[in-house]
Amino acid sequence: MKGMAEISIHRRIWTDNLFKTLIIVLSLCSILPMFLILSLIIQNGISVINWEFLFHLPKPVGEAGGGIANAILGTLWLIVLSFVFSVPLGVFAGIYLSEYRGGKLAYLTRLAIEILQGIPSIVIGIIAYVWVVMPMGSFSALSGGVALGIMMLPVVVMATEETLKLVPDSLREASLALGVPYSRTILKVILPAGLSGILSGILLGVARVAGETAPLLFTAFGSPFMNHNILKPINSLPLTIFNYATSPYPDWHTLAWGASFVLIAFVLGLNLITKLVANKWKVQF
Amino acid sequence: MNHTIADVAVPTARSKITLQYKWGVSEASFRRILYLAGLSLLILLVAIFFSLVVASLPALRQFGFGFLTGKIWDPVRGEFGALAFLVGTLMSSFMALIISMVFSLPVSIFLGEYFRHGKASTFLKSAIELLAGIPSVIYGFWGLFLLVPLVRALEMKLGVAPQGVGIFTSSLVLAVMIIPYASSIGTEVISLVPSDLKEAALSLGATRFEVIRKVILPYASSGIFAGILLALGRALGETMAVTMVIGNSNFLPQSIFSPGNTMASVIANEFTEATGSLYLASLIELALVLFIVTMIINVLGKLMIHKMSARK
Repeated sequence: MKGMAEISIHRRIWTDNLFKTLIIVLSLCSILPMFLILSLIIQNGISVINWEFLFHLPKPVGEAGGGIANAILGTLWLIVLSFVFSVPLGVFAGIYLSEYRGGKLAYLTRLAIEILQGIPSIVIGIIAYVWVVMPMGSFSALSGGVALGIMMLPVVVMATEETLKLVPDSLREASLALGVPYSRTILKVILPAGLSGILSGILLGVARVAGETAPLLFTAFGSPFMNHNILKPINSLPLTIFNYATSPYPDWHTLAWGASFVLIAFVLGLNLITKLVANKWKVQF
Repeated sequence: MNHTIADVAVPTARSKITLQYKWGVSEASFRRILYLAGLSLLILLVAIFFSLVVASLPALRQFGFGFLTGKIWDPVRGEFGALAFLVGTLMSSFMALIISMVFSLPVSIFLGEYFRHGKASTFLKSAIELLAGIPSVIYGFWGLFLLVPLVRALEMKLGVAPQGVGIFTSSLVLAVMIIPYASSIGTEVISLVPSDLKEAALSLGATRFEVIRKVILPYASSGIFAGILLALGRALGETMAVTMVIGNSNFLPQSIFSPGNTMASVIANEFTEATGSLYLASLIELALVLFIVTMIINVLGKLMIHKMSARK
């Protein structure tokens, strides 16, 4: 700290205060967009929400009204599909990672998960296109579910691993000492003990994929109809927002605000529930 | 280590047989299932890589390395060069990175040093988490309706063609989107700085600002850099928000305000319309490039973080 003696103490204190103020101001500025986005969506979106909007199908351009029922239902379908593809595999892989911590395969798997988590969502969309859409010859809800499932997988694996690591060894040892076989110990003792963490991880994963658009552009593709066949294209909330927002019709922009409101409420609601779950049933020992 | 206990617990052939009878799954096959689950993730990653390579083979064969340096992207004539998208991606991501650093670093210092606990910390932390939770299509929508008119007004003042959409607008949106990533890692590494170092500096008469500048930031610099690297990985691959505000032009951008395309946004725009195997393969090759670049960035960033937390 050369030359500090020459700078007067008053000036140093002044700089210190200025710096602190600057940090606080810039920190507050950085969350300003959050308030801008939320207020814009609430302002423009809430007036659109009514019975028809939530439970009716969209109408052609020019006709007033119409809803997003197909998109809401499609999002739910896609969540169910991605759940099926990611949760069983993800939980078992998470158990593997927490049980065989030191192994070479565990190290490589952990690396693979970190890489998987960083893959851009559009690339995952292309993979689902190559793996599912091309062989089957058409866009489908199934392919969208595969894409979202791949995106959700790392979240589930990491949550499971992190939670199970917190379960103390004494619990496992007590179970094994009673003669309970290893597989039962895992499934009936360790897994229930970490259930809340795994559950909140799954919810977080759902919140992550529910807002994804890019991987659905050429997999689930979107559809103006109500669809319950997973082999056919299906709509989703983010796809609807994208299509309506980039259209030239002001009517559709209004619908896009409404859909944004529904999506934000859903995603942020899930985040909130996740927090509650994690706080309420924390793994405590 | 733990499984050795279980190995002892199921020693004899007889107990194995009874277990199988009772539970349906033998202990050995339960272990095999776990092992396969772990292995399948590795296989998934390798399969993704090879699928991308195989699907982009026609373009790889046709253009070779010239794909990355070709200036012309003309689907009609079957000429595919990705330089414009590479430049667009790098320009928008690095500009976003610079803009977001102005905000993410203060947030890291706020949460990691000044207000580590208490109401102010909880408030800022939750707000940043909310920011991370907003879907990218909504960022794009917001950018389209709020930022595009603002940028247009700015462009009119500067005397540039007032398009509103363009690389600059997309980097503004990206900057907001990556603040949570860079700042959360920054906060972590700043709070990892040992307090005896800070206390030593304070006891020598240094002010808080001097401690931050001369002790905390140098100590945490590699971790902060890792956070920025991971945020860059996010920015490079971000698709929807960018697609909606970048203007979707396939020409080499002339300035930071000109419309352009990133690798991700061109895929989003053209993939469903791509006719012909060469067109499709070229778009998939863009995805392959994105995959490789983000993989390298993520592995580097994670390695730096592991090293940083191991030092403690």
